[in-house]
Amino acid sequence: MALAPLQPVGLPPVIAEGGEVGPVQSGWRLALREFASNKLAVAGFAILVFFILFCFVGPLVYHTNQYTANLTQATLPPGAGHPLGTDDSGFDELGRIMLGGQASLEIGFFAAFIAIVVGAIWGAVSGLLGGAVDAVMMRIVDVFLSIPFLFVVLILAVRYGASVLSLSLVIGGFSWLFPARLVRGEVLTVRVRDFVAAARVAGSTRARLIGRHLIPNAMGTVIVNVTFQVADAILTVAAVGFLGFGLHYPNVDWGDMLSTGVQYQQDGYWWLIYPVGACIVLTVMALNFIGDALRDSLDVRLRRR
Amino acid sequence: MIAYIIRRIGTSVIVVIGVSIVIFVLLHEIYPSPARDVLGLKATLAQVNAWNKANGYDAPVIVQYLRYVGHLLQGNLGYSYAENQSVAALFQERVARSAYLSGMSLLLAIVIAIPLGIYQAVRRNSVGDNVATSLAFVTYSMPVFFLGLILIQVFALSWPVLGFEASQSTSVLTVMGDWHDMLLPILTLALITVASFSRYMRSSAMDVLAQDYIKVARAKGLPERLVLLRHLLRNACLPIITLIGLSIPNLLAGNLITESLFNYQGLGLLFFNSLSKADYPTLLAYTLIGAVFVVIGNFVADLALSAADPRIRLV
Repeated sequence: MALAPLQPVGLPPVIAEGGEVGPVQSGWRLALREFASNKLAVAGFAILVFFILFCFVGPLVYHTNQYTANLTQATLPPGAGHPLGTDDSGFDELGRIMLGGQASLEIGFFAAFIAIVVGAIWGAVSGLLGGAVDAVMMRIVDVFLSIPFLFVVLILAVRYGASVLSLSLVIGGFSWLFPARLVRGEVLTVRVRDFVAAARVAGSTRARLIGRHLIPNAMGTVIVNVTFQVADAILTVAAVGFLGFGLHYPNVDWGDMLSTGVQYQQDGYWWLIYPVGACIVLTVMALNFIGDALRDSLDVRLRRR
Repeated sequence: MIAYIIRRIGTSVIVVIGVSIVIFVLLHEIYPSPARDVLGLKATLAQVNAWNKANGYDAPVIVQYLRYVGHLLQGNLGYSYAENQSVAALFQERVARSAYLSGMSLLLAIVIAIPLGIYQAVRRNSVGDNVATSLAFVTYSMPVFFLGLILIQVFALSWPVLGFEASQSTSVLTVMGDWHDMLLPILTLALITVASFSRYMRSSAMDVLAQDYIKVARAKGLPERLVLLRHLLRNACLPIITLIGLSIPNLLAGNLITESLFNYQGLGLLFFNSLSKADYPTLLAYTLIGAVFVVIGNFVADLALSAADPRIRLV
């Protein structure tokens, strides 16, 4: 027999304090809603998507010849036919920015991907195994962290030539250290939880523990770190390119374009400098917005548990 | 405390040894011997091998590493064949100028960031705070050289107040006195540093303002100015101490980009030139010293923080 209602029949039903009770929000959806409510984050995301489309889809729409130099058309100011003018080899500047953006973004994302994958596995294994293995693995991380990053990147870029692949490998090869530390910290926190003990007791292998339990729970921090890794990688590529050790003609990246532009600064050819610089700044800013918002939204989610 | 210092020095030494091995092996892999630089590009393989044997470059890597470390400890940083001088002499010429640039910009950054961070925390969410945060954010996302280019355009080209090339003088005193040429490089580096320092300063100051002792001080009737000066300032500056310690490596190294942009004859530009000339002995010495500075910087940061903040017990 059902229990009698506690309030007199005929009155409107009492709604619990705080408004309507909706379905329980799961973790990721909650984080996504927090993220979407942060205007800066949405703006950042939109800017990032815009740049990806601009750089990769743009050239399909806006055709320019980026492979044949045309010195009679060199360093023209913005005007008919060339919305952003031409550079010193006669290439259309807008088209060049698109091409440069492809390389910069590719290297940025690829380097961050390498950094995260290697770092997450290293950190997870180190955190799980613990003891002497953990100590040795973390000392190795400390040693590599002490190596001045930019120098070694430059030395390797000079020696092994600069291509999208080599730059990504070199930058990623030094960026995995920070995620490794982060993931190890997260794993150390997670591994003492009950569900890990339960999985162990149920006979799960170490690989399964890492892949199925530890890493997914450390994902929050990892995702935040990914966005900052991409931002840093893009800045590093720009720095390497600016110093002249980036991609070579006819390939180009944004840093390389800035280094060309600098030569013409005193001649007043502003269109060789500021549009490219603005692209770098906007892309990195967008990534920082997204990263900050992700960090805030994931923190709140954790706090609400 | 003493036990901690001893243990920390021990770990640091191990890390430095590890770093030096990694860097040495890496560079040895890239550049096994300077034989070709000395004998010329047309030297035959036999001549190269003979030179290597005579000068010890055919020994196993470990032996060469130990020999190199032995030299280092005696102050011999190697010999640069590209510049035809000892590496130590090359460094000595330039270290004072690099130190000046880094030191001045760090000082300027601190002088700007601390009051800025406090202002942002005290006037939280005001227009000034939001403007400052946005500016800091934009600067933080900007590559150093782009900021430098903008500053050059504004202050040296469009409105010719300052010089666009750093002082080329070899005397550090002349460099120090030449504010017309040095202000832009110092300002560029300082602004980039302020962008990150002020973020930390702001959040640290906000944390301090929420503390009880601030409330007590105000309740006691202490004028706001003294509350800020005596209590907020001292407590909010603690993260800055760590950040300064972490900036020590830049005294040698991190100004590579700024120095090349402003053509300032410092250690950064030396590294850049060595790269272009494939002058590996200099690159090796440079990277090693940079790594040592990083380790020292971390150590000093921890020590300084524990000295400044009695709540931290280093165990």
